[in-house]
Amino acid sequence: MEPTVDILKDLHYRMLRIRLFEEAAGRLFEGNKMPGFLHLYVGQEAVAAGVCVAMRDDDQVSSTHRGHGHLVAKGGDLNKMMAELMGKADGYCNGKGGSMHICDLDLNMLGANGIVGGGTPIAVGAGFANKYKGNDTVSVAFFGDGSTNIGAFHEAINMAAALRLPVLFVCENNEYGEYTRRDKVMAINDVVDRAAGYGIPGVIVDGMDAVAVYEAAVEGLARARRGEGPTFIEAKTYRYYNHHGVQTLGMKYRTDEEVDAWKAKDCIEGFERRVTEAGLISADELAAVRVELEAEVEAAVEFGENSPLPEVSTLLTDVYTEVSR
Amino acid sequence: MTAAADPVGATPMNMLSAINHTLHREMARDDRVIVFGEDVAKSGGVFRATDGLQAEFGATRVVDMPLAEGVIIGSAVGLAASGMVPVPEIQFLGFAYQAFHQIAGQLARLRYRTDGRLNAAVTVRAPFGGGVRTPELHSEAIESQLANIPGLKIAMPASAADAKGLLATAIRDPDPVMFLEPLRGYRAVSDPVPDGDHLVPFGEARTVSEGDDLVIIAWSYMVEIARQAADRLRTEGVSVQVLDLRTIVPLDVEAIAAAVERCGRVVVVQEAPETCGFASEVIATINDEAFYSLEAPVARVSGYDHPYPVGMLEDDYVPSVERVLAAVRRTLEMAP
Ligand SMILES: Cc1ncc(C[n+]2csc(CCOP(=O)(O)OP(=O)(O)O)c2C)c(N)n1
Ligand SMILES: [Mg+2]
Repeated sequence: MEPTVDILKDLHYRMLRIRLFEEAAGRLFEGNKMPGFLHLYVGQEAVAAGVCVAMRDDDQVSSTHRGHGHLVAKGGDLNKMMAELMGKADGYCNGKGGSMHICDLDLNMLGANGIVGGGTPIAVGAGFANKYKGNDTVSVAFFGDGSTNIGAFHEAINMAAALRLPVLFVCENNEYGEYTRRDKVMAINDVVDRAAGYGIPGVIVDGMDAVAVYEAAVEGLARARRGEGPTFIEAKTYRYYNHHGVQTLGMKYRTDEEVDAWKAKDCIEGFERRVTEAGLISADELAAVRVELEAEVEAAVEFGENSPLPEVSTLLTDVYTEVSR
Repeated sequence: MTAAADPVGATPMNMLSAINHTLHREMARDDRVIVFGEDVAKSGGVFRATDGLQAEFGATRVVDMPLAEGVIIGSAVGLAASGMVPVPEIQFLGFAYQAFHQIAGQLARLRYRTDGRLNAAVTVRAPFGGGVRTPELHSEAIESQLANIPGLKIAMPASAADAKGLLATAIRDPDPVMFLEPLRGYRAVSDPVPDGDHLVPFGEARTVSEGDDLVIIAWSYMVEIARQAADRLRTEGVSVQVLDLRTIVPLDVEAIAAAVERCGRVVVVQEAPETCGFASEVIATINDEAFYSLEAPVARVSGYDHPYPVGMLEDDYVPSVERVLAAVRRTLEMAP
């Protein structure tokens, strides 16, 4: 489905919102203001934006350790996100979850996950519930190439296929799992080849092109909504930063030339160039969006910095429905 | 109660270097030893524990594995059944939950199921523990869950010398060993490591500091916390023994009983949540072996019964010197 200008604007808005949020988070991490690990989504924005623009608000998302982009694209509150990353009391999980455990149930974002492969069965469970309830809500599992090697992934996708559950599987193939190149741990070139083994359709899209991702997602979501079962989308993409933290170049496991080649296909720059050249959105309008989002991100950083640390007494809340001692 | 080694000399190193050095030695000593796990080969592991192994021993003996903890352990069982000596790494012990079906269901009972005809000579290395700002599932101390699986041995070194001696023993042991490495001690704990062959037998606790007013029983990084508490108490004229269990399975019951008989007062320190932590087992052992020597109830200092907290709250979760001191003082104040 050809996107309208409004949809193009939305794609751009969400990609840029992720990028600016992540760059700010990276700076804070470098300044030692974030405990734990920081897995930045920079480079992959077109995937989260493309899929989330195609989704309805009631559609659910399960996410990964690299999950900020999915929540931002689903409309996450940057203040609460930034505070959570900083381990502060006003964060999404009151500062007790951190980067890998953010969720927002009001947005049907079922959570990032510290366990690789942990999120995919959750999306399948949500799809199971949707089918049982007879609604036409679809759940989307975002997952990395590496996670398709773990047993839980196989169990989840096989079940979704066998029960024809309304689930969209979105593989973000960025060619690495931590510091190991994908071809060292997988004997196929395209992750999507796995879809055939489960008897579900699979498509490859350019994960640096939000429009291509959007179009594939529209189809996959519609198929699921029609009760025809899951679809597997493999988005070919790349993370600019190191597996965790903010280093980009000079890494042992990948070449600087490779990083530069992917950056030359940057999803936001390329998008801005294409839409302005085609006269669809003016450069002024794109710049205005940037100014607006920069202000939102700056305010989020301030919000996070001003938020207090959680009280030690909150440690025991939410372990059980009622505090038992 | 101390290492039965006769070292030619000793070289100061941190725990991480001691582990790396031992892996090099054991691979050179026995060509059946193979090392595999996520990112262990080309990159040398996320903490560099396996650095240089692939360069020295080649890509068939040091292998990067797919992101799949189940088969990392499951294939180790098959390798062992075929006469190899696998030393797989689980990147963080919390990820072992993804392999419990293989650890508990297969690895631990290979020998039992085959009437003793097959051994699972597997050493699973896994870092764990808090204090380094790693989040939930990257910090948990789950040793008691493993200790509840018959068939596994569990080594938890607290010093660099023991990291070497226990790791070498583990790799040469015919039974499966969970070798749990304290993340916080990787670089922070440094001591002289005996050169040459150095083996620390399993089931022999180590007295880290002598004393007879009270004994603190600990393992892994909590030994360091206990030692600091004992040093502080010494300046106040209180004499505290620190007993490092080194391996929780097998457990040095005699050393525990002897310490309790001499001191009469006991504090057990563990990083794990309190309920059903290994400290409970230590206390049950004391009840069995030395109950009538007790002059006060045994105190526990533990993590709390909730999921591991991220960030700044972990300082309140992981037992600190202050919390240990408070427990010691409470225990000393109790009338016999
Ligand atoms: C079960 C489990 N094993 C290992 C890890 C450590 N780990 C975190 S991210 C990662 C690589 C994930 O690769 P991929 O799924 O491709 O996602 P990407 O990081 O490339 O986005 C690994 C091994 C983990 N968090 N959980
Ligand atoms: Mg990847």
